[in-house]
Amino acid sequence: MPLSVILAKLSQGMATSFAIFSLTLVLSLPLGLVVALIRLRPNRPIQAVTRGYISIMRGTPLMLQLLVVYFSPYYLFGIRLTPDYRFWAVIIAFVLNYAAYFAEIYRGGIESIPVGQHEAAEILGYTKSQAFTRIILPQVVKNILPSVTNEIITLIKDTSIAFAIAVTEMFTIAKAIASAEKTMVSYAIAGLFYYVFNFIVAITMERVEKRLNYYR
Amino acid sequence: MTVFKITNAWKSFNDSVNVLRGISLSVESGEVVSIIGPSGSGKSTLLRCATLLERLNAGEIRYGEEIIAENDSAGKSVYREEAALRACRQQFGLVFQNFNLFPHFSVLKNIADAPINVQKRPKAEVESEASALLEKMGLSDKKDAYPFQLSGGQQQRVSIARALALKPDILFFDEPTSALDPELTGEILKVIRSLAEEKMTMVVVTHEIEFARIVSDRVIFMDGGVIIEEGTPDLISNPNNERTKTFLQKLRR
Ligand SMILES: Nc1ncnc2c1ncn2[C@@H]1O[C@H](COP(=O)(O)OP(=O)(O)OP(=O)(O)O)[C@@H](O)[C@H]1O
Ligand SMILES: [Mg+2]
Repeated sequence: MPLSVILAKLSQGMATSFAIFSLTLVLSLPLGLVVALIRLRPNRPIQAVTRGYISIMRGTPLMLQLLVVYFSPYYLFGIRLTPDYRFWAVIIAFVLNYAAYFAEIYRGGIESIPVGQHEAAEILGYTKSQAFTRIILPQVVKNILPSVTNEIITLIKDTSIAFAIAVTEMFTIAKAIASAEKTMVSYAIAGLFYYVFNFIVAITMERVEKRLNYYR
Repeated sequence: MTVFKITNAWKSFNDSVNVLRGISLSVESGEVVSIIGPSGSGKSTLLRCATLLERLNAGEIRYGEEIIAENDSAGKSVYREEAALRACRQQFGLVFQNFNLFPHFSVLKNIADAPINVQKRPKAEVESEASALLEKMGLSDKKDAYPFQLSGGQQQRVSIARALALKPDILFFDEPTSALDPELTGEILKVIRSLAEEKMTMVVVTHEIEFARIVSDRVIFMDGGVIIEEGTPDLISNPNNERTKTFLQKLRR
């Protein structure tokens, strides 16, 4: 198989990997914030539920969670899903998993804001939601950016886990080429793709961090 | 006219000992009241209850004609609903010991954000008022600076401007100079003094007794959650109460 064909096939896989990556990010970042806010409620039962969810998501392998999401509609409810569901199973499993990690990051960030900031906002008459969106959240975002960057980089590499249910993302394709053509070249190129992707993300996040460095 | 009145206030934290024990204080328009007393006597707690950061167990709070909290038949404080409390917060300001400026806002935005977004006043008007306040605080050139770029004394002046921008009827200060280096306290005391000359109603918790003597209309000594002595500033030179005497001696040393 000529190199150009390998490249073309891998690029297709890369597109799928990128779709998994961006959908997961766009959905799990807000969901994580919602989970964190629920987790911080004084209500005990609700707290216990979110804590349980976070603990399970962080305490079991993502690959296992993916298999559960993919197979349980059939094994538990006898529902036969279309092949399309493969991709959506990946998105559901990834979003649920990453939202749990992001929730813990948000929680740490929210708790690290000094109580004086809340009190100053309250005295000045801001409503609770105004205080959160105008005063607290912008500071939280700045504080958690390094941890979020770490998660994002892990997420890029985790997209290869979709291979477990044969979603044709980049790693799955690289493996198929490798076994069909008895070559390591596809792995090398896939590795390079992942690396470049990560590199771009790292640089972007660094710029965002710099932009938020106008205050301390 | 009475701007603020707290009556028979009792406060304990988590049902432990009472920090406020039936204290009452009434402040007239234009009056400057200093509160002096040993550490742990409940001065901050009194201000925090007055500014609704903490809730009383028993007692009443009024701002102007408005009743904010009053006792039910069992003698427990009942507060108005949150919307009414939020409206009431426009009538007072609190200057914190450690400023609590918003680090991500410029100096101008720290001052102008609440009038614009809480009081819904026009941006241009608010910003020109904020600039005037900064000029008064001697900080015109710091409009676009961020809090971390300012000295403690400058930060505290911004926080005073932030409180004034909402045009409160009364301003509370909780040890506004005690987080500052000694050479910076003067600039804050000067600002408070000029506010006093403009007849701003103020309640100031302070350990600066010389300042209290000069600037106040009335001085209050607190200990153990009650007022043990109060009167004109001369009281600082000639206290009657034994506990006041020992406390003042300690401060002078
Ligand atoms: N949130 C709280 N929880 C429990 N106890 C508290 C709380 N806030 C204050 N106290 C207690 O109430 C008492 C009075 O505290 P307060 O801060 O009002 O004193 P203060 O007169 O302002 O002292 P200082 O001059 O040191 O500032 C102290 O014994 C303190 O430990
Ligand atoms: Mg205090």
